[in-house]
Amino acid sequence: MSFLEVQGVTMRFGSLVANREVSFSIDCGQIVGLIGPNGSGKTTLFNCISGLYKPSSGHILFDGVDITGEPAYKIARRGLTRTFQVVRPLKEMSVLENVMVGAYLRTSDKARALETANRCLELCFLGEWSDRPAGTMTIGNKKRLEVARILATEPKLLLLDEAVAGLTSTEIKDMVALITGLRDEGMTILMVEHIMEAIMPISDKIVVLNGGVKIAEGNPSDITRNEEVIKAYLGEKFTKRLAEKRTAEAKNREHDDDDDV
Amino acid sequence: MNGQTKIWYGLLVVLAAFALIPGAIGNTFYGHVLILVLLYACMSQAWNLLGGYCGQISFGHSVFFGIGAYGASIAMVNYGASPYLGAAIGSVTAAVVSVLISWPCFRLRGHYFAIATFAIVEICGRLFMVWDWIGGALGLDYPILDDSWKIFIWSESRHGYYVGVLLLFALIFGVTRRIEKHRLGYYLRAVREGQETAESLGVNSTRVKLSAMAASAFFAALCGAFFAQYNYRVDPPMVVSLDLSMKFVLITILGGMGTFWGPLLGAAVLIPLQEYTRTYLAALGPGVDQMIYGLLIVFMMVRQPKGIMGFLEEFGLFKTREGGDGDVLS
Repeated sequence: MSFLEVQGVTMRFGSLVANREVSFSIDCGQIVGLIGPNGSGKTTLFNCISGLYKPSSGHILFDGVDITGEPAYKIARRGLTRTFQVVRPLKEMSVLENVMVGAYLRTSDKARALETANRCLELCFLGEWSDRPAGTMTIGNKKRLEVARILATEPKLLLLDEAVAGLTSTEIKDMVALITGLRDEGMTILMVEHIMEAIMPISDKIVVLNGGVKIAEGNPSDITRNEEVIKAYLGEKFTKRLAEKRTAEAKNREHDDDDDV
Repeated sequence: MNGQTKIWYGLLVVLAAFALIPGAIGNTFYGHVLILVLLYACMSQAWNLLGGYCGQISFGHSVFFGIGAYGASIAMVNYGASPYLGAAIGSVTAAVVSVLISWPCFRLRGHYFAIATFAIVEICGRLFMVWDWIGGALGLDYPILDDSWKIFIWSESRHGYYVGVLLLFALIFGVTRRIEKHRLGYYLRAVREGQETAESLGVNSTRVKLSAMAASAFFAALCGAFFAQYNYRVDPPMVVSLDLSMKFVLITILGGMGTFWGPLLGAAVLIPLQEYTRTYLAALGPGVDQMIYGLLIVFMMVRQPKGIMGFLEEFGLFKTREGGDGDVLS
């Protein structure tokens, strides 16, 4: 049994079909990337999985339980939490307090919640900002806050909606390192991303949406060669660039290893 | 405890000391004003729990206040029973009624919730007017009784009322402080700042709002019971009115919504203003106090929407936002 199973999910808004019969599954401990052009229904699918929307038809199974149409807070309690693409800091509360709200999901004890919150802040490089009102932070820090906040809920499956987009290249590296670190700790991750350099190297599987329909699913190297995906989303130029970049990165990595020695 | 909190607690010690000095309150006018300041601070804090911390603006709190007031009066007048029992029954009833009313209303968001609460005051006001068992439009008048703690009635000196309101203050502000610093407090503010975000973090926002509503109504009703005891009577326009509902809201806005000391500050400014203008400027015509009231609120809204607490913060005197490891734990 897969950890998360999306079975034939369709989401309609009036006559608009945002997702049509989307099915895929995620195994425990995987990082799965969800990609596709703007308006292809990635965020809608996230909203269906996380309980913000009730899908018009289809089922979502998490850890063997049908969670279709359950309210978001119940799904979060089961260990499935998400970040928002358009960041939603609890503005008037401090950064620490934002994360405390997440941490209180698993404990009502203040000292323990505080400990969890501080650990998550450190993990997301937010330690020095903890007293700042969340609304006054830079976009990069707000993105990190989104992640820190859901980590505090001690999730089993994270849905990251463009957690990397809008960050500087160093910040992207940190975030990618953080995400792979979480996977190594045993968390399962489903992420929407437009930055292929960030998502391709770390994903075990890529699911591609276009116009609300799943057009491809497979491991990253197959996806980058898939004709339909290239036509719909990646583009010829990108595919070439990615190949070049990969060889360059491989060289760099060797170089880094030499430095370490 | 930091410097700021010390100042506040110091002030409370001074207020408590008044109760210990014999004759300090007596039957004086400032004694009367002090009692009202503390009572309205309690009422506003009750409102603040729901409106300030949780962001659900209610104009219906005079209904809960009224239920508490009638609870104590019905016990005293209709049954000759203890007003404490009446206050307890009234407060529990208010909490239950508030949950029943707000269950459907919480489906409405923002302004729509506020508008719905307006209607509830009107409905309940009419209902109380025509309900003979509770005295209809005439209300209930207390019989003449001897002063005692047993029936919470004093006519010789206001000292007993002063001690009573101090206890009420300690209860309501104490509970609010406790809620503020613990899980429910974080959840209340999270729901105010973003309901969907809070839900995505596992917060059952409906339950959080209903808990805040129930606690808020319970405390408002306790204040109402005190008010009836203090006036020896109750009638519908005196307690269930939009006028009174607005006071819960305005005092909190003036002091600073969602801040712990805001309600006390707001009451400390507005109530003396109301009582002194009513007494000394009444010759200018009725409603002078209301006009000054209105001007003050308009000024506040334009200049500093965070109220007096916001001003104090602006001048660097106090911090309204609490954060940091030390503070969270205190």
